[in-house]
Amino acid sequence: MQGLVTFIQQFINGLSLGSVYALMALGYTMVYGIAKMLNFAHGDIIMVGAYTVSVVCSILGMSPIFAVLASAVVCTTLGVTIEKIAYKPLRSASPLAVLITAIGVSYFLQSVALLIFGSNAKKVPPVVSLNSIRVANIDLSGVALVIIGVTVLIMICLSLFINCTKVGKAMLAVSEDKGAAELMGINVNATISLTFAIGSALAAVAGVLFVSSYGYVDPYTGALPGIKAFVAAVLGGIGSIPGAMLGGIILGVIESLSKAYISTNLADAIVFGVLIVVLLVKPTGILGKKKITKV
Amino acid sequence: MKNKKNIVYAIIAVVIFIVLFALVNAGVLSRKYEGLLVPIGVNVILAVSLNLIVGFLGELSLGHAGFMSVGAYAGCLFTVHSNLPVMVELPIAFVIGGLAAAIFGLIIGIPALRLKGDYLAIVTLGFGEIIRSVFNSLDILGGSGGLKGIDKSSNYIMAYVLAVITVLVIANLINSKHGRAIKSIRDNVIAAESVGVNVVYYKILAFVLSAFFAGIAGVLYGHNLAILKPATFDFNKSIEILVMVVLGGMGSIPGSIIAAVILTVLPEAMRSLADYRMLFYAVALIVMMLFSSNPALVEFRQRLFGKKKRGGK
Amino acid sequence: MALLEVKELGISFGGLRAVDNFNLTIEDGQLYGLIGPNGAGKTTIFNLLTGVYKPTDGTFMFDSEEMSGKTPIQINKMGIARTFQNIRLFSQMSVIDNVKVGLQNQYNFSVLNSILRLPKHRAGEKLITGRALEILKIFDLDGEANQPASNLPYGKQRKLEIARALATNPKLLLLDEPAAGMNPAETAELMNTIALIRDKFKISILLIEHDMSLVMGICERIVVLEYGRVICDDIPENVKNNPKVIAAYLGD
Repeated sequence: MQGLVTFIQQFINGLSLGSVYALMALGYTMVYGIAKMLNFAHGDIIMVGAYTVSVVCSILGMSPIFAVLASAVVCTTLGVTIEKIAYKPLRSASPLAVLITAIGVSYFLQSVALLIFGSNAKKVPPVVSLNSIRVANIDLSGVALVIIGVTVLIMICLSLFINCTKVGKAMLAVSEDKGAAELMGINVNATISLTFAIGSALAAVAGVLFVSSYGYVDPYTGALPGIKAFVAAVLGGIGSIPGAMLGGIILGVIESLSKAYISTNLADAIVFGVLIVVLLVKPTGILGKKKITKV
Repeated sequence: MKNKKNIVYAIIAVVIFIVLFALVNAGVLSRKYEGLLVPIGVNVILAVSLNLIVGFLGELSLGHAGFMSVGAYAGCLFTVHSNLPVMVELPIAFVIGGLAAAIFGLIIGIPALRLKGDYLAIVTLGFGEIIRSVFNSLDILGGSGGLKGIDKSSNYIMAYVLAVITVLVIANLINSKHGRAIKSIRDNVIAAESVGVNVVYYKILAFVLSAFFAGIAGVLYGHNLAILKPATFDFNKSIEILVMVVLGGMGSIPGSIIAAVILTVLPEAMRSLADYRMLFYAVALIVMMLFSSNPALVEFRQRLFGKKKRGGK
Repeated sequence: MALLEVKELGISFGGLRAVDNFNLTIEDGQLYGLIGPNGAGKTTIFNLLTGVYKPTDGTFMFDSEEMSGKTPIQINKMGIARTFQNIRLFSQMSVIDNVKVGLQNQYNFSVLNSILRLPKHRAGEKLITGRALEILKIFDLDGEANQPASNLPYGKQRKLEIARALATNPKLLLLDEPAAGMNPAETAELMNTIALIRDKFKISILLIEHDMSLVMGICERIVVLEYGRVICDDIPENVKNNPKVIAAYLGD
């Protein structure tokens, strides 16, 4: 019985961690779908979001709600700016050049954070504070439940936005065929900027939720979760929004259970191992569609 | 014509060696700079071997530090446990380290056949992280505390010879029918297949050879530092090597060599600016890519420096 | 036995039937034209014949061997070479290196020979260079041998693609709109070169063209495709007067 309780707690923790991955994975998937590039710096935008919360709450002493808003504004602006300065000039360049640039941007954000805040972790006050809830003998972390709830809400809104609004449909069109979308009168550059904006805003939310469960932020906070979120996006099938959700959740649960039952040290290795196996068996991911290359 | 070029290269290699030898023996180099000679050799080997994958095969490998660590651990474990004289033991260690890394290169080369671009880059990154986690949790390898008790038996002559061998092997490969096959895969894989280039064989060859030399660099590194810590072979080390390749020019072997030397000496010479090192790497990556791939900036650069042939020897 | 025998070849992409019931026989040394309006499935047929796409139905024999299911590399080694409608050169490599890649499989020496610069490597490389220059000369490209391929003007890039394909020593050469983007004078010259290499190398050629009048002059037989189906397969005289062909090109 105790074993089952532990399992359920770990599973819920996994769902909560997976929800954060899923939010970040959405940013990767949307940008990948439209700009056909891996935005390596996406994870570091989360770090910037977390630092914003820390500065606004601890130093300026404002309320957490304001901190969340500030972090969304900062991240969105940052995401759009990065796209304009670093990625847009390379739209016709080789994928290798774009990927290296994105790694450069990621490194840039980390090093700037390092110069400003130093390498020591900064404490971030909990944005969400809830006591744990007891259901049938199982203690469920309040923060974990809030994270899952917020994620589900965001997913629903995003799906509605993309499938039911004109702008959302424009995004689908651009990801399908940039040239044709342009001929149909869609402003491709604006659509790409918007995608980066939405992706970065989601990263901000993910960042806030992420630090609310850990309580600390350092310049490398975003790097590894960022890579794992990309793994989640690939796992679910890159370019697919339900895929990002599914991939994130699966990854979070696997990581949480590995930590609990196998080894904390090896949890990351297991996560990457799963990715490699999935890519070899089904390179397009779980929900990804096969594309015919035109010759 | 081609033979003349080879003679020039041979002369350059000998002259550099004589200068090094003279500097070291005359005691002109301070202890600090003399201590940099082996790390320079290590980084030259790493950069030139990574260039084979990134510059010539056209795939991004973010796990070069992983190959390096496999070689380092394999080679150093051997010397720690064997009782042979140094001059017998070390060459064997280099071969063992190289081969161990090459086996991992083969393992990574296989997904490289099915995946490309961003996907492959993430797999190589994941591979590097897996290796590091495993080393971290294996107690026989010293765990996160590191593998200790390695002889500090490497020297600059050894590093120089190994670097020259690496450059020679990779340059000879590139300037042959095999090298052309590798470059054709980079330029257009569908066309390469259409003229019968064995894409599978050459991709694996590039990964295996690149890993082999990274492994040797690892052994050299271990026998210079006398300790191996899993944490030093992280993602940042892979990026550092990538910066050398990108800064020197992808597909340029002399470029990789020069960049490796500069990026090893510069941080030591400018210790006070150590905090800005990452920032410099970041800006270098972004600026190099913008200047080599943005149409408007490429034109600007060509006007500035006159028209230059693309790609190097 | 004919060099190439295609039997009831077909392919579907999802619900779209791109090529249906395609039959074709090419004899040794024949110069065949494949024409049809945009989107008729001409390039798809090339992709099927070179193994880029796997056919959903039908088979094809080349040199008395069953070919469907073989990879592009195997097919090239058997003796089918092609060019691409949207030029695919090795653009960062020099002009001569592009041709040398094509010569790759005819001169065998191992990686070790090259790394150690053994005599086998030197001899092999010398032969490759000599042969590459010979082929470049045919296309009047020997003057630009050491330039990067991407620096060539458009027309010469198309020629270089043919040279590279020819370097693989094929028995059958598939040319996908070799004259696209050329002016009439250049086109006429290219068509002469094509006829010339057919005679000189004793190979068969299957040539895709948009423009019917252009292929009439040099092709011995022409097959006409519309909506993935053959509407006519005959000598040029008859194709020209075939009412179905006229309708396909001019509309009803």
